[in-house]
Amino acid sequence: MTKATETLMPEHTAAHDNLSHEHDHHEHHGAPAGLMRWVLTTNHKDIGTLYLWFAFIMFLVGGAMAMVIRAELFQPGLQIVDPNFFNQMTTVHGLIMVFGAVMPAFTGLANWLIPMMIGAPDMALPRMNNWSFWILPFAFSMLLGSLFMEGGGPAFGWTFYAPLSTTYSSDSTALFVFSVHIMGISSIMGAINVIVTIFNMRAPSMTWMKMPLFVWTWLITAFLLIAVMPVLAGAVTMVLTDKFFGTSFFDAAGGGDPVMFQHIFWFFGHPEVYIMILPAFGIISQIVPTFARKRLFGYASMVYATASIALLSFIVWAHHMFTTGMPVFAEMFFMFATMLISVPTGVKVFNWVATMWRGSMTFEIPMLFALAFIVLFTIGGLSGLMLAITPVDFQYHDTYFVVAHFHYVLVTGAVFSIMAAVYYWLPKWTGKMFNITLAKWHFWCSLISVNVLFFPMHFVGLAGMPRRIPDYSLQFADYNQWISIGGFAFGLSQLIFLVLVIKACRKEGEPVTSQVWEGAEGLEWEIPSPAPYHTFETPPKVK
Amino acid sequence: MKKLVSNALMVWGAMSVVTATSALAQTHSTSERAGELNLRQGVTDISGQVYDLHMLMFSICVAIAVVVFGAMFYSILKHRKSKGAKPAHFHENVKVEIAWTVIPFLILIFMAVPAAQTLIAMEDTSKPDMTVLVTGSQWKWHYQYMDSDVSFYSVMATQREQIENKFNKGENYLLEVDRPLVIPTNQKVRFLITSDDVIHSWWVPDFAVKKDANPGFINEAWTKVNEPGIYRGQCAELCGKDHGFMPVVVIAKTPDEYKTWMTEQEAIVKQAKEEEARLLAMSMSKEELMAVGEKVYNSTCAACHMPTGQGLPGVFPALKGSPMVLNDKQAHIDIVLNGKSGTAMQAFGKMLSLKEVAAVVTYERNAWGNNTGDVIQPKDVNAVANGN
Repeated sequence: MTKATETLMPEHTAAHDNLSHEHDHHEHHGAPAGLMRWVLTTNHKDIGTLYLWFAFIMFLVGGAMAMVIRAELFQPGLQIVDPNFFNQMTTVHGLIMVFGAVMPAFTGLANWLIPMMIGAPDMALPRMNNWSFWILPFAFSMLLGSLFMEGGGPAFGWTFYAPLSTTYSSDSTALFVFSVHIMGISSIMGAINVIVTIFNMRAPSMTWMKMPLFVWTWLITAFLLIAVMPVLAGAVTMVLTDKFFGTSFFDAAGGGDPVMFQHIFWFFGHPEVYIMILPAFGIISQIVPTFARKRLFGYASMVYATASIALLSFIVWAHHMFTTGMPVFAEMFFMFATMLISVPTGVKVFNWVATMWRGSMTFEIPMLFALAFIVLFTIGGLSGLMLAITPVDFQYHDTYFVVAHFHYVLVTGAVFSIMAAVYYWLPKWTGKMFNITLAKWHFWCSLISVNVLFFPMHFVGLAGMPRRIPDYSLQFADYNQWISIGGFAFGLSQLIFLVLVIKACRKEGEPVTSQVWEGAEGLEWEIPSPAPYHTFETPPKVK
Repeated sequence: MKKLVSNALMVWGAMSVVTATSALAQTHSTSERAGELNLRQGVTDISGQVYDLHMLMFSICVAIAVVVFGAMFYSILKHRKSKGAKPAHFHENVKVEIAWTVIPFLILIFMAVPAAQTLIAMEDTSKPDMTVLVTGSQWKWHYQYMDSDVSFYSVMATQREQIENKFNKGENYLLEVDRPLVIPTNQKVRFLITSDDVIHSWWVPDFAVKKDANPGFINEAWTKVNEPGIYRGQCAELCGKDHGFMPVVVIAKTPDEYKTWMTEQEAIVKQAKEEEARLLAMSMSKEELMAVGEKVYNSTCAACHMPTGQGLPGVFPALKGSPMVLNDKQAHIDIVLNGKSGTAMQAFGKMLSLKEVAAVVTYERNAWGNNTGDVIQPKDVNAVANGN
């Protein structure tokens, strides 16, 4: 915003940045001024910022719902909300965190970073880029608005199993379906943009096997998105017609099958899990070499591992459904296929450790988050391996053990990687070092509280507490109190992050060099900090 | 920036806490408090095998974690710039990369074999000694003994006042029912599991049995309980508003005691049938109907229509001031008996006796200011039930 005046002047009088390596450009725009800059923008950096702010706001909204859940579960008995509203909170918390926080945050990072990493001037389809962001606020206003309808919002879990979401749901289901459609369209457009950009707009010397891993992981993620988001669209459409137009896709009375819903949903849902973790792998693979001052141990094997995980993700979906009564051989197939995923995932973790091995490590904030990611994500991965074992899954399934598992991979996994990424690239975006004291407070408070929050969930789950219940028997009371305390502390810790990001956006702090971090390598570290509004108008040379 | 280096030590600290806590879980599992922290061993051969598998997987995972995190933290401590570490230049080593692909694969095979064996045993429902049909509905279980006339609903028995924190909570808070399922020990009991409305999941942790109840389809599971006792579980699949209030209680009795119990139950069923027949010939007083009706309403109807009869707007309709309740007796009796398809309103005809239906309809027509003055007799209900 501070450079807004630049564009309003004729090009010859525009105040130039000290861009020594971009001499031959014809005009050099800064950002336009005012609100319309953000509404009409086709600039990948602006759109990246919009996505990231949107994701952060949704993270806080979804987090507020988690606070309601944890407040209700602080003690046995019903204290604060009624069970119907409790179910709405668990449902909308899940939907918001998955579709509103984690996915848009990764798309925001993709927008900011992919063009800068491959030496492209912008995303390939800038107008579509604007559109794919600006439909999101409508989708989520609709979803959140449905909470205030008579009968309340969606209360059937983020997995919206039929027939609970069809015959037995409130009328706001129509709004839920429509908003999921919009989210899906947004994701598909974002994915198309990423693919087209990476295929067509790499700098001439940026060959496939020179691409940074963040770009690779996002490319593979984009293909996953295009493959499965239409499946989700199909699932919600069938829910819509079953509920309102008399079809019986999921109703046995009309020749349908409620279990078929779960097959369709999880055929989307499992690749979706990897959509939320592959870009995280990319981020960690950028950060660890920087602060270990050593090349990533196995670049090629990391690329192949990512691709294997993506392919395997299409043949493991029914491990979410072991108790639905599948034939025993189907159960065995999905058990073995699921176990197999731990091989390429292991390759990733081993590679990160081997990269650190005999490096020269320092522990700046992005590295702290990356290290926390590696340990805590691995814990989530190992509990995932336990969940893959069908006979024991019968005991774990739909208990807090599962809740612990997926929060370890999604909160201390995906969300921690996003935070690591923000701390890593924020100085590049703003040109100023963020407030390190606040960042340390944010890291340590988050790390401790997140474990107080999610670790005991393993125990209550093993002891037999089902998930998605507003009240529980007395044996679980002590642990739930701890979990809630951890939850409140984790929630409050994120306000430190909010303050830090606001201060950074107001350009407070010490100026940074273009490289920012001593060990950082890659095209984005060769352009000035803050990154100019337009970069790589002529393609750079890649080393 | 340099200050941050010292923080790495704290990373160590925090991570060790995590690892130590997992170790703690293991220690506790062997102590008396096992049930609070770990999976339970249960009371069947299968549940014992499942527990062993769980402990095996857990130990392997802890071992992997110790090796991986050990290497990582060693590196974090030793290979740091502040200690003068100079970065090495090695990368990509085919032998190492093959090793860390093949070794995990072998560990997986080691895990997969016992897992598959247990799974096959769990899914073998052939040659049962007896069969029980388990039907879930919002929010109760129905049990039907396939080789006798005995069948009944099993509803949570915890009082509303305990849930609303008005009374002290009892020992088995939320895990107690009015009529538990009774099965014999040392016999292979097969469960056929289905649902009348949404998907539920019938779960008894001590048997390691958890199977979804899908509307329109029948799933199978089995157990063979070694020790007599009372075993408690819960519905494990989100099934709507009162999902958290749908416990499962199973009493395992020795075969002799079970036989005695079954004979008693059969006698009760016979008596109830005779009672129904007698009721048709007589009229009950309004006071009696209202008293019975209030009880039935609170245990059966209040979960959706609320104790005040006001329902939940947009989800469950109000009965207070409802045109059907105020006017059409026939339609009112019919909807209680047969439900309303395409909605959450179930058919209560098979759950409630003629007397109970008459009582609850009378109650609804006279409670909460609905003062219609109508009195419905069991014979009126019988007439609607028989299509008159």
